[in-house]
Formats: sequence, C-alpha cells, structure tokens
Amino acid sequence: MAEIQIKGVAKSFGSYTALHDINLTIQDQEFVVLLGASGCGKTTLLRIVAGLETATTGEVWIGGKRVDHLPPKDRGIAMVFQNYAVFPHLTVFENIGFGLRMKKLPNDEVKRRVERTAGLMHIEQLLGRYSGELSGGQRQRVAVARALAMEPDVILMDEPLSNLDALLRMEMRAELKGVLAESNTTAIYVTHDQVEAMSMADRISVMHQGRIVQAASPIEVYRNPAAEFVAGFIGNPPMNFLPATPQGGGRWAVAGQVLDGPQTPKALKFAIRPEDLRLADHGLQAVAKVIEPLGAHLLVTCDVNGALFRAVLDSDLSVKPGDTLTLAPQSDRIRWFDPETTRAVA
Amino acid sequence: MTATDVSSGAAQRRSGHYLYAASVALLCAWVLVPLYFLLINTLSSPDTVNSFPKPFIPEFDWGSLEFFAGYEGMLKALKNSVVVAVLTMIMSIAVGAPAGYALSRFEFRGKGLFRMLVLLTRAFPLPLLALPLAVMFIRTGLDDTAIGLALVHTTLAIPFAVLITFSLFSGIPIELEEAAWTLGCTRFTAFTKVVLPLILPGIAASAIFAFVISWNEVFAAAVLTIENRTLTAFLLAKLGEAPLHLKFAGGFILVVPALVFIFAVRKYLFAMWGIANR
Ligand SMILES: Nc1ncnc2c1ncn2[C@@H]1O[C@H](COP(=O)(O)OP(=O)(O)OP(=O)(O)O)[C@@H](O)[C@H]1O
Ligand SMILES: [Mg+2]
Repeated sequence: MAEIQIKGVAKSFGSYTALHDINLTIQDQEFVVLLGASGCGKTTLLRIVAGLETATTGEVWIGGKRVDHLPPKDRGIAMVFQNYAVFPHLTVFENIGFGLRMKKLPNDEVKRRVERTAGLMHIEQLLGRYSGELSGGQRQRVAVARALAMEPDVILMDEPLSNLDALLRMEMRAELKGVLAESNTTAIYVTHDQVEAMSMADRISVMHQGRIVQAASPIEVYRNPAAEFVAGFIGNPPMNFLPATPQGGGRWAVAGQVLDGPQTPKALKFAIRPEDLRLADHGLQAVAKVIEPLGAHLLVTCDVNGALFRAVLDSDLSVKPGDTLTLAPQSDRIRWFDPETTRAVA
Repeated sequence: MTATDVSSGAAQRRSGHYLYAASVALLCAWVLVPLYFLLINTLSSPDTVNSFPKPFIPEFDWGSLEFFAGYEGMLKALKNSVVVAVLTMIMSIAVGAPAGYALSRFEFRGKGLFRMLVLLTRAFPLPLLALPLAVMFIRTGLDDTAIGLALVHTTLAIPFAVLITFSLFSGIPIELEEAAWTLGCTRFTAFTKVVLPLILPGIAASAIFAFVISWNEVFAAAVLTIENRTLTAFLLAKLGEAPLHLKFAGGFILVVPALVFIFAVRKYLFAMWGIANR
C-alpha cells in the first residue's frame, strides 16, 4: 500500500522558483507520468519525493506516512536516475544486486532477483561487465533493473528509456508496464515523449514552468486540454489555434467563418486538432504551403488568415502548394481558450 | 584536395612532430642530466669527483655510500624521517580529505574564501614562522619531537591534500552517492561502499605526496629538532663541512626515496592533472 501525496510543495533554488505549489495525489498502484518540456521541474519534483532534495515548503506523504524528514532509504522507494548513476567500480551483476546486498538478502535470493530483472531488461549477457564497457542504452537498462530488483512500493523513474532505439523502447515500455502492474508498484514516470506518456500512463500530469497544469487520463488530456499549453504540447502535430471574435448569442467569427461556441463577451481562441478537420464545401479557407506525406496520412501545413494551421488529411488527396483548401472543423472537437488566463472555456 | 596540398600538410605535421619531440627531449634533459651527474658522482671515488672532466660512465665505487651506511646517527635520522613523514601523511589525509569532501559536496557561506585561505597557508614563508613556532613548541614541550615536526609538515601538506581530494571527490558524480542512498545506504555507508573504492587510489597518491613533502622539508626540521633530527636536517648539518664526494652521496640518498615514491604513484598524479595515461 503506497499512496503518494504531494501537498503544496514548492522549491526555490536561490531566487529561482523551480516548483510552485504542487498538489498531486497518486493512488496506490497507479502509474502516473510527469510530462513536460525540458526544465519544467520534473526531475526536481521526483527528487523531492525521493528525499534527495528538500522542498522549500509543503509536505510529501508516502503510504499514509509523512516522509519529509526521512532519508531516501527509509521511504520505500527506488529511483532510476536521468543520467543512470551506474556504479563504475562494480559489475552489472553487483550493480543490480547492490540494494539487495544492503538489505542483507541471502546470496541465492540476490542471484535469483538479479537474473530475473536482468532478463526483463535483456541484459543477462552483460552481467559480468563494468559500466565503462556498456553503451548508453545498456547502462540505462542496468539502472532500471537495479531499481526493479529492489521490488519497492514506489518506483520513481526519470526518463528511463530515453536512450534506447525506437524498437527496443517500445518493447521495454510494454515489459515495464507489465512488471509494475504485476508487482503492484506505484510509479511516477518522467518523460518528454508523448507517445510513451500516452501509452503507459493511467494518468498524465502535464507540467509547465514549475506548475502542474493538468492531471488526467491520457485521453482526457488529449481531447480536453485544460490549458492552451497542454493543447499546444500534446499531440503531434499539436492543436491549431485561431483568434475568435464574439458575434453575440454564442456565435463566433473565426477566420471569416461563423461558428457556435461558448456564451461569453470576451475574445477567445478557437482550437482544433489537425486530424479533426475535413475537406468540405463550407469552412476555413486554407492556402496549402507544405505537403508532407506520412504514409497513412498527409500532413498539410497551411496559412489561414495569416496564421499557421495544420491539417491531417487522407493520403489519397492530391494537393499542391498554393492550392486553397476548404477545411471544416468537426464541431464536437472544437475547443475554446481564454487568451488572458490561457485556460479552457467550456 | 590536390596532391601538393596533401604533401605540404604532411610536411607541416612532420615538422610539428619534430618540434614536439625536441621540446620533450629538452625538458627530460633538464630534469635528468643533473640527476645523472648526481648518480655518477655518488658512485665515483673521491679523486674522480674532484677531477675534471667528469666521466660519463659511473665507475661503481661504493665507497661514499658505504661511508654513510656506517655513519653514526644516520640510521636514527632515517628512522626519524620515516616516522615524521608517516605521521604527516596520516594527519594531512585525516584533515585534508574531509575538507576536500566538504568543499566538493556542500554549499556553504565563505566557500570561495575558504579555498583561498587553504592556499594562502603556503604564502607565509616558513623561515618567518619557524622562530615563533620554535618558541611555542618549547613552551608546550613539542620541540624536538616527531609529532611536533609532523604537525608543521602537515600544515605544509594540507593545502595539497585538500585540493587534490577536492578535485577527486568532484570527479565522482553526486548521483552515484544519491543512487546508493535510494538503494538503502546511509550517508556513511554510501561513502564507504561507493565513494571510497573510487577514491582510494587518489587518496593514496595524495598521501604519498604528503610523505614526500615531509621527507624533503629541511628548514623546519633543522630549526625544530636537535636530538631527533630527520635525515634532511641531519645531512644538512653534517654535510656542510664534508668533502665534495660525500655531499654528492648525501644528496643522492635524499633524492632517491622521493623519486621512487613519485615514480610509484605517477599514474595517479597524471590522472589528477587530467593527463590520460593509457
Ligand atoms: N541544484 C539546482 N540549482 C539551481 N537550479 C536548479 C537546480 N536543479 C534544477 N534547477 C533548475 O530548476 C529547473 C527545473 O529543473 P529540472 O531538472 O527539474 O527540469 P526537468 O523538467 O527535469 O528537465 P529535463 O527534461 O531537461 O530533465 C531548471 O530550470 C533548472 O535549471
Ligand atoms: Mg530531468
């Protein structure tokens, strides 16, 4: 049983505030992904939970116990470091078994667990090597295996698959998810790979400049981004935005088109995902600029009223740069954002 | 690229190579030639030493060295030197390594100033301090003892011990320790299980360095000891009026142990200075 509660945590480095009032509760056995751009404070938050960094204010609770004052070893956590931190003076075997030896487990148990986790990470043939004799991706897998071997209540992973090739990463992703679910481990997983976040997370927590802007299921984050930042960050290509001016009565003028929207007098931003656009007789007038065939689809970058606008269209379509397309947004997929607060408006 | 370009580039590289080799040879000669003459003169009979020109091949006359082997007080001085140097080595590491660790791992106010001060201890010439020190030592009863002299030598060696261990500790990423903490280590066990094994060779090097500093130090040794002279102080006192061939032999006896030590730890010294030695 290891629920993690982060209550009002803030962290300053001198005059620079890396985290502002973070509140996040992670259920027992939940898999939460921290997703955000470089420098937004993901590692810092993870280190505070691990006890490697002390929060300037706020509390951290693990398994119903306040742990702020506890050293890392008494928090029931294991951590995978962003830069691996594989011990250079020990073999891969001794690295993976390091924590187990500290727990004074019998030799055969250490051996069993090391071999099992090494097998999971496909590094069983490297057990006799030193870290200097490993590639970056192999070292990273040693770091993951070392944390898994601890069989902790809580595992904290800082971009644990960042250095693997696409194929191996996909495979490891599935294995990791499987192992953690099987062992009932609560996990916080840091990444800036959206696909990884989408495919692994029970819940995605999107961070931006030291704040959590949205914490919700992957599909919710994708469909109903709570803020403009989330809309622009999640999805590849990200959402399109256009300025909208109110016409009264919930009618909005967007790039010469009139659309239905929320009932507010303020100016808003209209947003739509590139894949939620269809070619139609009526709609936004878009001048195609760049056409990129992606196999199954065609990514067309256009100009709508001077704004950059992307559409994902059927690959059968024949379109040349300079053509004018009429794009109709799928009405139930349109989202609106308040440009002042950058929050979503229903 | 044309053929001439290639050949002129190669010629340039070759001349650069010669220049490099010449500089290396010059530097080596600078160090080795005096040592070689010391060796020749040590292993020559008194007559040869005083004659001119010198032979380039030693004649393996062990007379001068045998003289020292049988010399009254020589063995005792040698023993004193070793005792003082070992004490210096232990004390300077015991104080210097924790200071180096603190400097590399903790942020505290006045850190820059502290580093500066550590170096500044070398700015005061020893002769200036020797007399007040001697007076103080006599009052406290530390005069003419190995431990008293070792204390002085420790202050000489500490700046090096601190700075060497500081750079060694800084070379060990803090994440390694942090990883150990998350794997069940306390600060102390993380240090003994992760940092210490990685740092041991370097610690050994800086210990030997302290040993050599103490071994070679003559001024404080001469002022602060009378009965319990170290080898350097002993030889300095005795050799002043000794004949030339004995002076050479004495110098040789002093130089060799330091050379052997430095040779033994050269790998770590190079590593310390960032010179790859593979
Ligand atoms: N020890 C420190 N001292 C000062 N500033 C720091 C320190 N650690 C982190 N920061 C700053 O805090 C911010 C957040 O850093 P953090 O490492 O948490 O980012 P991140 O989200 O993990 O980024 P990345 O994806 O690049 O790993 C950064 O702007 C960083 O410069
Ligand atoms: Mg990070």
